[in-house]
Amino acid sequence: MSWIGTKRIIKSGKTNFKRSGAVSLASILVMTVTLLVISFMIFFQAVLNFSLSQIKDKVDITVYFNVGASENKVMELKSYLENLPEVSSATYLSADEVLARFQTKHSDDYLTIQAIKEVGDNPLGAQINIKAKDASKYESIAKFLEGDSDLMKVETAVIDKINYHQNKVIIDRLLTIADQSQKLGFLVTLFLVIISILITFNTIRLAIYISKEEIGVMRLVGAENKYIRGPFMVTGAIYGIVSSAITLVLLFPVTAWFGKNMADFLNVNLFSYYVSNWFQVLGIILCSGVILGVISSFLAVRRYLNK
Amino acid sequence: MIYLENVSKVYSANSPALDSVNLTISAGEFVSLVGHSGAGKTTIVKLILAEEKPTSGLVFFESLDVHKIKSRDIPKLRRRIGVVFQDFRLLEKKTAYENVAFAMEVAGKTEEEIASEVPHVLDLVDLSHRIFNFPHQLSGGEKQRLAIARAIINQPELIIADEPTGNLDPINAQEVVRILKKINDLGTTILLTTHNKDVIDSIGKRVVTIDKGKIIRDNKDGKYVL
Repeated sequence: MSWIGTKRIIKSGKTNFKRSGAVSLASILVMTVTLLVISFMIFFQAVLNFSLSQIKDKVDITVYFNVGASENKVMELKSYLENLPEVSSATYLSADEVLARFQTKHSDDYLTIQAIKEVGDNPLGAQINIKAKDASKYESIAKFLEGDSDLMKVETAVIDKINYHQNKVIIDRLLTIADQSQKLGFLVTLFLVIISILITFNTIRLAIYISKEEIGVMRLVGAENKYIRGPFMVTGAIYGIVSSAITLVLLFPVTAWFGKNMADFLNVNLFSYYVSNWFQVLGIILCSGVILGVISSFLAVRRYLNK
Repeated sequence: MIYLENVSKVYSANSPALDSVNLTISAGEFVSLVGHSGAGKTTIVKLILAEEKPTSGLVFFESLDVHKIKSRDIPKLRRRIGVVFQDFRLLEKKTAYENVAFAMEVAGKTEEEIASEVPHVLDLVDLSHRIFNFPHQLSGGEKQRLAIARAIINQPELIIADEPTGNLDPINAQEVVRILKKINDLGTTILLTTHNKDVIDSIGKRVVTIDKGKIIRDNKDGKYVL
């Protein structure tokens, strides 16, 4: 299409938008609701992901070493573990640190503290706390430590126990719940988004239905389809841009309220999240609005062009 | 210019809208197509504009078989024909100026051509003072004159006026007819459908009478007989 044709289409789309006051307003309101639902989907996913990552972060395995295990060997194992692709971090606690922690934890328990003092020497061994990059990797790390690998035969002699198997059932259940709630959350929000999109599509379809006589006249005057369809698509894009602007402005007070009143409950401050991810949210909302407006208009006009 | 060969159009089997119609309209003619409501006048208009397809028969515009052209080429055909309807069919969200300019825009005219020709044509139909008014702000006669301005702006070879006086009082009806005659005098072919006896008698040109989908009379002397 020529530049002048494109210019005319854009101008005509803008004029249509201005002159269709009430219809434009209704379309923008409905589209704003849809974009708000999409925004809530983004925030919901953020809250869910943040909570789930916190839960997953609490899962770890601890390797307890025999009392008197050579520190060199323990450190050798630690650096070996750190180099494994599945391992995110391996934190070493010396026998003294373990004892200090034990004493702090049981400071109210006089009998236990006395018992430790009676023993005289430190009865506790060093520990390595391992966090995996992915929760599903714990089993293979545990197996690796238990001597499945030929590399570790010497080192296993210093290991007293690995707590993975005691916690396995809880870890597995936790991970299943996390995965299922992520899937369910995604499906519920997807369902809401689809419904909102359908409502917007129908509103735009109604707006264009009002213009069906006009489309017929344009065809009789000899306008090509692209020349009829173009201005409606431009108007749809303007609905998207205006609705996005309203949505992005509305999200400031809404997320501020959630940030102030629900930050503890949600584990995340939505206002800070919104502000720090503003450009990303802007991109998603603006693209969703414009694409929704343009495609809805395209489909709605096509119906009258094919008659 | 227009040739209808054995054209039939059947919407329902019992009463065909057109029944083996043969009609030839030469360039420069002013032809009035008369008949009662439902006689088939508008069906002929729709067939020429490629809005409907004939059940059988051929419709030619010059050497172009109207119903063999591809759908993407239909706009090009329609730009060669100016149309005026009883219900005006104006673009309600556009001003008088924009309604006329729209027909030029779709024909690919430049902004300069549009800016110089639209006021001139609106002046020709005596609407200079209404240039920035919307159709709902115009009277019936003004609306129809605006429709005529839009129809003639691209200097089409043919103007089809489908019951253009149907919604007008006698004075405005005569004004519309006067403008159509003037356009015809300048060489444009006119096909007028109407059932208004006064209008036909005042034109004094060829009258084709249609009844129940058949042409029953074709008079050169221009009298309304039904």
